[in-house]
Amino acid sequence: MAQSNRRAAGGRIDRNQPLRFTFNGNSYEGFEGDTLASALLANGVRVTARSFKYHRPRGIMGHGPEEPATLVELDGEDASGNRPATTVPLREGLNARSVNCWPSPEFDLGGVNQLFARFIPAGFYYKTFKWPNWHLFEPSIRMAAGLAAAPFKPPSKGHFEARYAHAEVLIAGAGPAGLKAALDAARAGKRVFLADEGTEAGGSLLNRNLTISGRPAMDWVADAVAELHGMQNVTHLQNATVWAYREHNLLIVNERAPEQGSILERSWRVRAAEVVLATGATERAMVFGGNDRPGVMLASSVQAYVNRWAVNVGTRVALFTNNNSAYAVAADLAAAGIIVTAILDSREHIPKEALDLVPGLPVHPATVAAGMFGHKRVRAVLAAPLSGGASKWIKCDVLAHSGGWNPTVHLWSQSRSTLQFDEDLAAFVPDQAVQPCRAVGAAAGDLTLDRIIDGGEDSAYGIEPLWRVDVPGQRGKAFLDIQNDVTVSDVHLALREGYDNVEHVKRYTTGGMGIDQGKTGNINIIGTVALQKGLPLQEVGTTTFRSPYTPVSFGAIGGLREGWGLFPYRHTPVTQWNKDNGAVMYEAGARWRRPGYFPKSGEGLQDAVSRECRAVREGVSVYDGSPLGTFELKGRDVPRFLDFIYSNIMSNLKPGEGRYGLMLSEDGLILDDGVAFRLDEHRWLISTSTGHADAVNQHMEKLLQTEFPDWQVMITTVTSQWNNATICGPKAREVMQALDTDIDLSPQSFPFMSFREGAVAGLPARVVRVSFTGELSFEINVAPRHMAELWDKVMEAGAPFEILPVGSESSHVLRVEKGFLSLGHEVDGTVDAYDLGMGWVMSKKKSDYLGKRSIELRRSGGGKRHELVGILPVDPNQKIPEGAPLTPGGRKEATEGLVTACVWSVVNDHWVGLALLENGHARQGETAHVRLKKNVIPVTVTKPVFHDPEGKLLRS
Amino acid sequence: MLLIPCPFCGKRNESEFIYGGPVGADRPDPNAATDQEWVEYLTVMPNPLGPVQENWWHARGCGDWFTIWRDTRTHDIVEAPDGTK
Repeated sequence: MAQSNRRAAGGRIDRNQPLRFTFNGNSYEGFEGDTLASALLANGVRVTARSFKYHRPRGIMGHGPEEPATLVELDGEDASGNRPATTVPLREGLNARSVNCWPSPEFDLGGVNQLFARFIPAGFYYKTFKWPNWHLFEPSIRMAAGLAAAPFKPPSKGHFEARYAHAEVLIAGAGPAGLKAALDAARAGKRVFLADEGTEAGGSLLNRNLTISGRPAMDWVADAVAELHGMQNVTHLQNATVWAYREHNLLIVNERAPEQGSILERSWRVRAAEVVLATGATERAMVFGGNDRPGVMLASSVQAYVNRWAVNVGTRVALFTNNNSAYAVAADLAAAGIIVTAILDSREHIPKEALDLVPGLPVHPATVAAGMFGHKRVRAVLAAPLSGGASKWIKCDVLAHSGGWNPTVHLWSQSRSTLQFDEDLAAFVPDQAVQPCRAVGAAAGDLTLDRIIDGGEDSAYGIEPLWRVDVPGQRGKAFLDIQNDVTVSDVHLALREGYDNVEHVKRYTTGGMGIDQGKTGNINIIGTVALQKGLPLQEVGTTTFRSPYTPVSFGAIGGLREGWGLFPYRHTPVTQWNKDNGAVMYEAGARWRRPGYFPKSGEGLQDAVSRECRAVREGVSVYDGSPLGTFELKGRDVPRFLDFIYSNIMSNLKPGEGRYGLMLSEDGLILDDGVAFRLDEHRWLISTSTGHADAVNQHMEKLLQTEFPDWQVMITTVTSQWNNATICGPKAREVMQALDTDIDLSPQSFPFMSFREGAVAGLPARVVRVSFTGELSFEINVAPRHMAELWDKVMEAGAPFEILPVGSESSHVLRVEKGFLSLGHEVDGTVDAYDLGMGWVMSKKKSDYLGKRSIELRRSGGGKRHELVGILPVDPNQKIPEGAPLTPGGRKEATEGLVTACVWSVVNDHWVGLALLENGHARQGETAHVRLKKNVIPVTVTKPVFHDPEGKLLRS
Repeated sequence: MLLIPCPFCGKRNESEFIYGGPVGADRPDPNAATDQEWVEYLTVMPNPLGPVQENWWHARGCGDWFTIWRDTRTHDIVEAPDGTK
């Protein structure tokens, strides 16, 4: 029968708006205002999940984010995994599945694990890692112990969004305390940001039949909300969880399904002057045999289902408590016509104010629940007197239990503020705040409405803590952590095996981990540890509370930063031309998109690259060198600054001249290489490798601002202010002449490593003679607005010379042939300039520069170094993978170096490579051996240069 | 995310800044320092449980390098650069 457990009237549901939904393939109906959990209970669905480890049948135990047992996976357009059923608002067409069972929670093959329970105790995984063999068990464990899989695709409709906000007061929680704090602050004219995780405001008042000033409490809530909505200075969000409390009062709020149509979730980052935590309290579970059976529920949840959702979760309810709060639940149940079969109370003396709430109901003082009868649904509870008398079975179809209340201190604790164990409340409560923050209401330990609204006396809550039931004859497993299947005996085992810090207990047993983060059970673990070790709870302490408070989708965290927007590419003005001309585009450091190579139709990578290389070596080519990092330095002290940051001398350069140099860090490592040009007396231009431009900028600015603040050096990043087309090859000068320039191009007046300003193809340009290929090169720099025009003119002027555009693949081949460095290939954190055969770049004249002392220190110890050499495979057609190790004689033993690069050299008709080899400089002419997994490649050790060793061509 | 007081721009989110490490010892004269002194200068960095002076760079802002004193226990900025509110 449809909704057989739904009450005829009452509740905050709309019976005129029925909603159809599917759970594990079966169709049901609920109402607007339901959660998936309340709708399932209304339909009498008792077994809704299987447990994580033992695959025990489980039902719904809570009514909010504390729910440990029933996790579901949602299908369709709002696909997501591991959602507690109690936090999923019902909607038309919702399609949900239980996460940890197959084929269904009613009949689950994994249930066989229960038979092997004693072989999978706490620490099972860790022990299996060591013996007998993790790989033997891994596949079956992974399959059995999974939570939901991540959805394969992002939600099909809508998108995620992020927003920043600033508030004078941020209030987390719109229960009575939160609403009151919001009203106080808003009436005082403050900018208020009020966020609450529920679908409607009211907090615990939604679940209870309370009055404020003689009127129903929810009327007071409605008035408060209406007043807040009438004020301009208030932002009030429901369905919005404050899930993280970060440094300096930054709080992150996840707003689900905001009213704007296409937005799925919105992530608010709110910086608040003051934070008020009105996060309420969470009821905690009792720990006794069979406390995980379907039908064993939190007392406040039973109350919530009856009052808020008009669901009779059972017809005969027994209660088990150690405090007064469950008596109000019993009273509500009795008023709703539900039979209360017993109230088991572990306390010997029950306060009168509690008993007065339940006249005529069977109360059993000093009695605990010691077992449950019923497998897939509860049928009776075993009532055991603490005095040791005979136990007896009492019939019930729901057991509602209350182990007391924990102030919800997650956010408080995330802010690094401290907690104190309050003996009267038997709970951890906020103590010292370290950020501008205060807790109010139940979150601060004020558990009654009178005190919250009127500041009145706290009426007795009367808890006597019971961390676990410990009576003879107890039946069944007693779970501390329902979600992770952690029992009392698991914690005892962890303690016996030496894991006696509460953080270790957590990691060894997994208690308090997972989706619910032990909201109902952690305190009982701490209590169990305390009992076992004979320590007060304050000394045992809590585990660290970390964000998120409740699960947050990755989509919400990412916001709009998805796809290309996550980390945009950088382009030069010829990107489009490159694409139009068939370039295969690469990412080349610092997110620059540049052409890798330009294949002709049907041509493979190697053929295209070799064709481009041949053009550079024998004809002429053009390369877009714009992404290279460039900086202009200006000021009186630039020369001495450059002498300090480069290992060689730059200060003696004359205007128009340039020089290659190495930048070292203070510890002697190679930071970058590049060229420096003196433009005029006080202006310099330096270039860095593409990927290190930002790091070099940071390095220079830090030195200037923190070490030499009185030096006059001004740094301007001009990487994107100048683009360049580099014309390269033996015919480069002819193309330059064809382009028409007023610069004298003769090698005498414009030699290698010099700089000229003038007009090229009618455009104002800076032309630089540097070469990264070993051939005659002219780097024509123009403003970005002229780049596309320059490029077209170069192609036009170069056409008679069969100019080819070339990409980064051929640049790599050409620099390897010349033995030019590439940071990240030949240079890592172990290599210095001497290893690279570049001792000439280390100035002997300068008394100090960055890295000098450190290199001297490092080299003073002697020892064998890995040095840069060239390698020629004995078989010219033998390619060697980059990164391959070199070993003595090719034997399987410790390496003596590695291959840093290997390319097909068109000019040599041979594979050629570079390697870092132990004592390599002294081993030229010897044979070394590359050791691969299955074979050994003999190579001849050479100088690291395979083309024009004297450098005649690049100076031509 | 820290709220960092830039002496030029005022309080800004940490995401605009790049961390520059704690302020270490002054650079010794490399030609006078002993090997031991030089190694300590390179490798020994302040790492207290409590206030530490550290460098920050307003890389996505004004470009200023400056120092703050931050308490490593609470992230409290106990001393802001001169001239900030």
